[in-house]
Amino acid sequence: MSQKPRLTYLNGRGRMESIRWLLAAAGVEFEEVYLETKEQYDKLIKDGFLLFQQVPLVEIDGMKMVQTRAIMSYIAGKYNLHGKDLKERALIDMYVEGITDLMQMILMFPFSPPDAKEKNIESIKERATNRYFPVFEKVLKQHGQDFLVGNKFSWADVQLMEAILAVEEKVPAVLSGFPQLQMFKTKMSNVPTIKKFLQPGSPRKPPPDAHYVETVLKIFKK
Amino acid sequence: MSAKPKLYYFDGRGKMESIRWLLAAAGVEFDEEFLETRDQYEKLLQSGSLLFQQVPMVEMDGMRMVQTRAILSYIAAKYNLYGKDLKERALIDMYVGGTDDLMGFILLFPFLSVEDKEKQRAFIVQKATSRYFPVYEKVLKDHGQDFLVGNNFSWADVHLLESILMVEEKKSDVLSGFPQLQAFKARISSIPTIKKFLEPGSQRKPVPDDKYVETVRRVLCMYYDFKAN
Repeated sequence: MSQKPRLTYLNGRGRMESIRWLLAAAGVEFEEVYLETKEQYDKLIKDGFLLFQQVPLVEIDGMKMVQTRAIMSYIAGKYNLHGKDLKERALIDMYVEGITDLMQMILMFPFSPPDAKEKNIESIKERATNRYFPVFEKVLKQHGQDFLVGNKFSWADVQLMEAILAVEEKVPAVLSGFPQLQMFKTKMSNVPTIKKFLQPGSPRKPPPDAHYVETVLKIFKK
Repeated sequence: MSAKPKLYYFDGRGKMESIRWLLAAAGVEFDEEFLETRDQYEKLLQSGSLLFQQVPMVEMDGMRMVQTRAILSYIAAKYNLYGKDLKERALIDMYVGGTDDLMGFILLFPFLSVEDKEKQRAFIVQKATSRYFPVYEKVLKDHGQDFLVGNNFSWADVHLLESILMVEEKKSDVLSGFPQLQAFKARISSIPTIKKFLEPGSQRKPVPDDKYVETVRRVLCMYYDFKAN
């Protein structure tokens, strides 16, 4: 019997959150180890767990996987969330990469100085509403299907759902011009594994707070 | 008969260079359209060819592909440079992730101020020699094979060679503590498709110069400064 995947990261979203979403969406239970001190992190490095001295780390199927994209590609491939052929995979990859660029802005947000925060929210809003959301609105409108690629639930749907909710936390009415995305959000919320992940008590992490930022700076301080 | 892939980018390295390397390594001929004016870029935008309004864009197999990683993954898989199974693919993805991070530090180099360039050069060399090169040195030493993954030429090998040559352009003796990587460099450079790509007259682009920086800034209206890492 194979073990559950084990995730090592801080007790917060960061780069691990997309991995939590994908595992949860695939219905895969996992364990988590939380980094709280620099000593813990230094020990992981010393013991050779972190290929490039970085987290996320996911221990899965006998591998110590690092590099967020590599981890997610593996999970998507393993649990049939990466399309049925090379071309579907290419579409999923394009969509996921675009969404990742948008999520990067949100990832960096807690670490920007207080006087830049309002400007950054404006940038996130601008990018979401002018560059990213229109693409997916159009994709869904054109094929009229429930899912982004190949009429089947995939990694792209999970990533888009995560991004929509993350942006809404910063810009609550952001979906107001996007009826297809509103429907998509409702549909995804009702996918049983996602519904479960969205309930209290799931491994989903809350938005980063001051304590999280403090911990990041403390552990990764050079 | 399918058309050659067509690459849309500036006449310079940037994010497209890894794609040129991979196509060349796979022995695939390709055409290029170089962005020189803002006008050209706006026409491309209006034509709806750029999914997220960005280049690189590669027309291939009836698709207009964007997002460097997506393009590279597609090419790797199509030309059997992506391992034989999911686990080999995972290893290749991890290794490429590392060299991608390393080359990322070099990508913004031409857009830094003169003082920041010196700082960044030191940063690149430090990261290469303490974080990235030791990993690949050890992988090669541990299995004693010619290639990084599965005893077979893959995307990971191409990407590592590209990153080695780029770091060497910043510090020519950077491989001095890495005998395995020195041997790797010689070996991979002599693979016929790669050897051809390394010869003058190939589609490999030179180190970015001021003209390149000017073109990128003009076409993208990107006039702000980047900061060193």
